[in-house]
Amino acid sequence: MKQVGPGDEAPATRGAYIGVVLALSLSIVAGLALAVVYSLGGQPQLEGLLLAVSLLGIGVGMVIWAKRFLPNDEVEEERHPLASEPEEVADVAREVARGEEAIGSRRLIVGLIAGGLGALGLALLFPVRSLGPRPGRGLFRTEMAEGRRLVTAEKKPVRPDDVPISGVLTVWPEGHEEAADSSTLLIRVEDESLFREGVKRAWTVGPVVAYSKLCTHTGCPVGLYQAEEHLLLCPCHQSTFEVLAGARPIFGPATRALPQLPMGVDEDGFLVAKGDFEHPVGPGFWNRSR
Amino acid sequence: MSSKKEKKEKRSRVARTASFVDDRLGMAKFARTALRKVFPDHWSFLLGELALYSFIVLLLTGVYLTFFFDPSQAEAVYEGKYEALNGVPMTRAYKSALELSFDVRAGLVMRQIHHWAAVVFVAAMVVHLARVFFTGAFRRPREINWIVGVTLLLLGIGNGFAGYSLLDDQLSGTGLRIAYSIVLSIPLIGTWITSLLFGGEFPGPDIIERLYVIHILLVPAIIIGLLAAHLAMVVRQKHTQFTGPHRREDNVVGERVWPTYAVKALGVLFITTGVLAALGGLAQINPIWIYGPFDPAEVSSASQPDWYVGWLDGALRVMPAWELRAFGFELPNPFFPGVLLPSVTFGLMYAWPFLEARWTKDRDDHHLLDRPRDRPVRTAFGVATLAFYIVLFMGGASDVLATTFGLSVNQLIWAIRVSLLLVPIAAGLIALRLCRDLAARDVEPPEEPSHHAPRGDDLDGTGADQPTNGDRGSTLETDPVLVREALESKIQ
Repeated sequence: MKQVGPGDEAPATRGAYIGVVLALSLSIVAGLALAVVYSLGGQPQLEGLLLAVSLLGIGVGMVIWAKRFLPNDEVEEERHPLASEPEEVADVAREVARGEEAIGSRRLIVGLIAGGLGALGLALLFPVRSLGPRPGRGLFRTEMAEGRRLVTAEKKPVRPDDVPISGVLTVWPEGHEEAADSSTLLIRVEDESLFREGVKRAWTVGPVVAYSKLCTHTGCPVGLYQAEEHLLLCPCHQSTFEVLAGARPIFGPATRALPQLPMGVDEDGFLVAKGDFEHPVGPGFWNRSR
Repeated sequence: MSSKKEKKEKRSRVARTASFVDDRLGMAKFARTALRKVFPDHWSFLLGELALYSFIVLLLTGVYLTFFFDPSQAEAVYEGKYEALNGVPMTRAYKSALELSFDVRAGLVMRQIHHWAAVVFVAAMVVHLARVFFTGAFRRPREINWIVGVTLLLLGIGNGFAGYSLLDDQLSGTGLRIAYSIVLSIPLIGTWITSLLFGGEFPGPDIIERLYVIHILLVPAIIIGLLAAHLAMVVRQKHTQFTGPHRREDNVVGERVWPTYAVKALGVLFITTGVLAALGGLAQINPIWIYGPFDPAEVSSASQPDWYVGWLDGALRVMPAWELRAFGFELPNPFFPGVLLPSVTFGLMYAWPFLEARWTKDRDDHHLLDRPRDRPVRTAFGVATLAFYIVLFMGGASDVLATTFGLSVNQLIWAIRVSLLLVPIAAGLIALRLCRDLAARDVEPPEEPSHHAPRGDDLDGTGADQPTNGDRGSTLETDPVLVREALESKIQ
């Protein structure tokens, strides 16, 4: 290692010295003030500010000190080739070979150890299986079923007239208000004659139509209804669905329409499901058959 | 006299301790090497340090947060100082995060410093990676460290996402749902992975408890291990250096660790922490009390993830409505932007040192760094790639941008789709042009053939201290002109 020259740092001046002393003193004051603020009940902004000053004081003081007052000469260090010498490599190879010979002479034992480790590895995979249930039919169905009333978050059943005109209402199958995959949007358009191809008219009740609330893209709730254009908008990735045409996607990354819920009314005039959704709801998966 | 004596005694106490350790472990040789270790000085070598220091802040604040946070999806009711949510049913995770923010003294500052540190951690890693890329520091013999570094970035992004997903507020729940749908889109195993990870169909009963273990134990442990390896490799291989007086392939010129470099580095650690503390105290981040507890049936508009996931969210938004369907199976739309794009992104990053070596046929050791202008094609490619992800990032803010500038979201998405093709090409071409112009300006005097670039080892363009080939005396060195010619011929 040899010295190749002085660094190009600025000189140690009186001003720099005062700077270091000031920074470190400020740090001490801020540290003590932080203790006071905390004991007086704490205040997030002040706490952050004082902590910052106390840390910055130390940091700035140290950096000025190092740059101005500590030796900063440049030195040169040699770089040696990283790869080992050929003799060393040969030595290692010999050592490995020596062991290999001894080990390799008992092929059966080596084979059995390999087999044992393989079986052990396989066995250790099984506890992973305990982490969750088999992905069975759950993805294909919801809690919607024939005759189940559609209820609001407050568990109140809904009559067609309870849905505001040009408005939406989120409902669940009665008794399953927590089921994330079953949330459904009731939409009441101005007049049922507005429904076009794509809407299954047998499943609407007058001007009220029910679609799954889960976006078919990544499953966000399709929460925004633009009543004038009759469009449902997903706030996550801006997929847009045309309510009057069976909620088919007209913009954004969604590829499939929001599944429509078969809906009717029971003898008391409340809206009920007439069965599960026509297609699996929410985001796609590999074996989701249309 | 007496004070001098005291001093002498003090020093001898230090010496006695040192000799106690050395008698038992024999550390003197190691300590000598460590204290004399030489580090080249350049502002851009500080970027990795910033990431390291942010990570230290993450560990310290994170440990504090674990003493108060309860990662449970059990139901609870908040009763505390934040009146707007008093009596609202929620999970214990969200409740304890609220209490941490309002009812634990110094809790909010710690939480916000932690979040800001995460934001800065990933940012510092990305800028550090860009520095390493544009200066060619990933070349042989540092390919392994490049791979470790890319893995650290991947883990940092993943753990950041896991971290803010723990709080079970409306925003984090929405993020988890999108993550669920992305994983669900993987062919054959997607349904299994989501079920095992979430403990069932979304939202799943176990996801927060599991993310918690992943976030505070599993990933940090791996990060610490890889970080140690990352730094050990820098020590073993010695730091790269820019060209300059006395700097050659077979040496390293800079400051010794002890005392100046060590004090400076420690000072930077305190400054980094101080800036993070100021941000944590003064700049609100992730105000979960505004978002409210997660309700799967609700979502707020303008749901933006942390910045380092923004490109992914943007990719999901601008992806056209395509899906593949064959033999009754489907490849859902989120697979392309959510699984394929990140796989290609990180796959390319991992492979880059080997791809470039193959392309330039340059398989020599390199300890002297390139200036970006000296490798126009690499620089242009890097700039184009960065531009691509910045446009995607803008796509992630499409709704916010549309509202801000009074545009329709549809127009904006189309603008971003077009930009995604055009902007990277334009940025790459501009970068290429700039590199060439800058490099051409360096050629002085113009005795060399005109299409030739400057000598790679005369990068300050002054011609001063130009080492002769004999001076370089290294068999490791490649001829920059040859490499350059190879590169140029590729372009033309």
